[in-house]
Amino acid sequence: MADLFDKFAGMIELRDTLAFEKANPYQICMDEVYSPTEAKINGKRTLLAGTNNYLGLTFDERCIKAAHDALDEFGTGTTGSRVLNGTYGAHRELEDAIADLYGTEHAMVFSTGFLANLGMIAGLTGKDDIIMIDADSHASIYDACALSDATITRFRHNDAADLDKRLGRINGGRNVLVVVEGLYSMLGDKAPLADIIAACKKHDAYLLVDEAHSFGPYGPQGQGIAAELGMVDQVDFIVGTFSKSVGTVGGYCVSSHPEFDILRLASRAFMFSASLPPSVVASATAAVRIMQSERTQQEALWRNAQQLHCGLAEMGFNLGADCSPVIAVVIEDRDAAVRSWEQLMDMGIYVNLALPPATPQNVNLLRCSLSAAHTPEQIDQILEAFDTVAKSNSIHRN
Amino acid sequence: MSSSESTLAAIIRLLEPFNEKGVDISENTTFANDLELDSLSVMDFVAEMEDHFDIMIPLNILPELETVGQVVEAVDNIAEESRG
Ligand SMILES: Cc1ncc(COP(=O)(O)O)c(C=O)c1O
Repeated sequence: MADLFDKFAGMIELRDTLAFEKANPYQICMDEVYSPTEAKINGKRTLLAGTNNYLGLTFDERCIKAAHDALDEFGTGTTGSRVLNGTYGAHRELEDAIADLYGTEHAMVFSTGFLANLGMIAGLTGKDDIIMIDADSHASIYDACALSDATITRFRHNDAADLDKRLGRINGGRNVLVVVEGLYSMLGDKAPLADIIAACKKHDAYLLVDEAHSFGPYGPQGQGIAAELGMVDQVDFIVGTFSKSVGTVGGYCVSSHPEFDILRLASRAFMFSASLPPSVVASATAAVRIMQSERTQQEALWRNAQQLHCGLAEMGFNLGADCSPVIAVVIEDRDAAVRSWEQLMDMGIYVNLALPPATPQNVNLLRCSLSAAHTPEQIDQILEAFDTVAKSNSIHRN
Repeated sequence: MSSSESTLAAIIRLLEPFNEKGVDISENTTFANDLELDSLSVMDFVAEMEDHFDIMIPLNILPELETVGQVVEAVDNIAEESRG
């Protein structure tokens, strides 16, 4: 008889041909976490350089205290979705804080960033609409499209002229929702947002920007790349997550569309999944307020990003993009990438190993993400480790 | 040449850079088994066809297009519709 799992034969083969000897990237388990930048992995104290903890707020005293207080006062969970018994005062307060941060009329909080994309993109579009996404979009955007009844189409990654051309091919009368990300998570390349906004305006298309990785690092108060350009009011919908810079879990969407609130009764990912626990909401609100009022974390993050980016560039590594808090080292040979990753783990440094088909252009990556909490000495340690693994694995450098 | 013959000829030309194994392409050639196109190549190939024929090929219909002949038919239908 056929086996449901037959379809995974290729994946299973791929997994089994990656001969990990010392550590396995798919079996990382943190036994203890000491700080935003250090944890015990496989019994060894390890420097974390791939956890998307951009602002380093996971151990911020104020966030922890807010979570503790909420836990004591409201219990461990809401046991209900937002439309039933799952909306507490704290959820409203968080939505107000996010709307205030962006200066938009509305904000809606979802239980994860993944659900925010599902709920917004699939919620907003119907069978007469068209969704046009960047070809390198995150899985949650692709899945949102699969859930939608709309016509789905793509444009070439980060190519505003290509978007303009493709929007021009659409015969009038249909609503078009364009979806892009602010900072692309694998290579750390930034969307040409001003040009994308111009193309959308020219063709009367709606624009949704997922600022998952740019929320925190970019913008005068960490709001993201649209805010950095002073163009928040030119974007119809901004989606983001609390799982990276905010250091907890959850997702949101902001907008000033006058009818936005109807999505609370139309967006299934919002309506049919339990709301965030009060402790999570409290620490998210505390972190958002810190982002809004303090520059020190963002400044430290960029100092660290510069130090690592410049250091790796000077050593001749092939880097995925210009300097950003995501720094991806492109390794030509897959086995060299795998061996280098293992050796980094052995030296007590955790980065992400990203391999095809999960990467754009089928590249092999050792992906680092920086934190405000890294010290200059830790960055030096990462640089030295990369130099060592490059030598022992004969990695091509310029 | 009928419209579908010229569409087929154009599609065979557009497929050339993706035909790494040098398969002899006909209407019956399949993308997954004969040409072994991965998802990134599919994306590029669809974009090339969209540009060449100046049409939009929705992602939604791709799962049903298994052979070159089915793509020829889909492209002709979409081109027909958009001339409207
Ligand atoms: C671009 C993008 N969108 C959405 C998500 C999902 O966010 P979350 O982890 O909150 O579900 C991520 C992160 O994994 C992401 O990179």
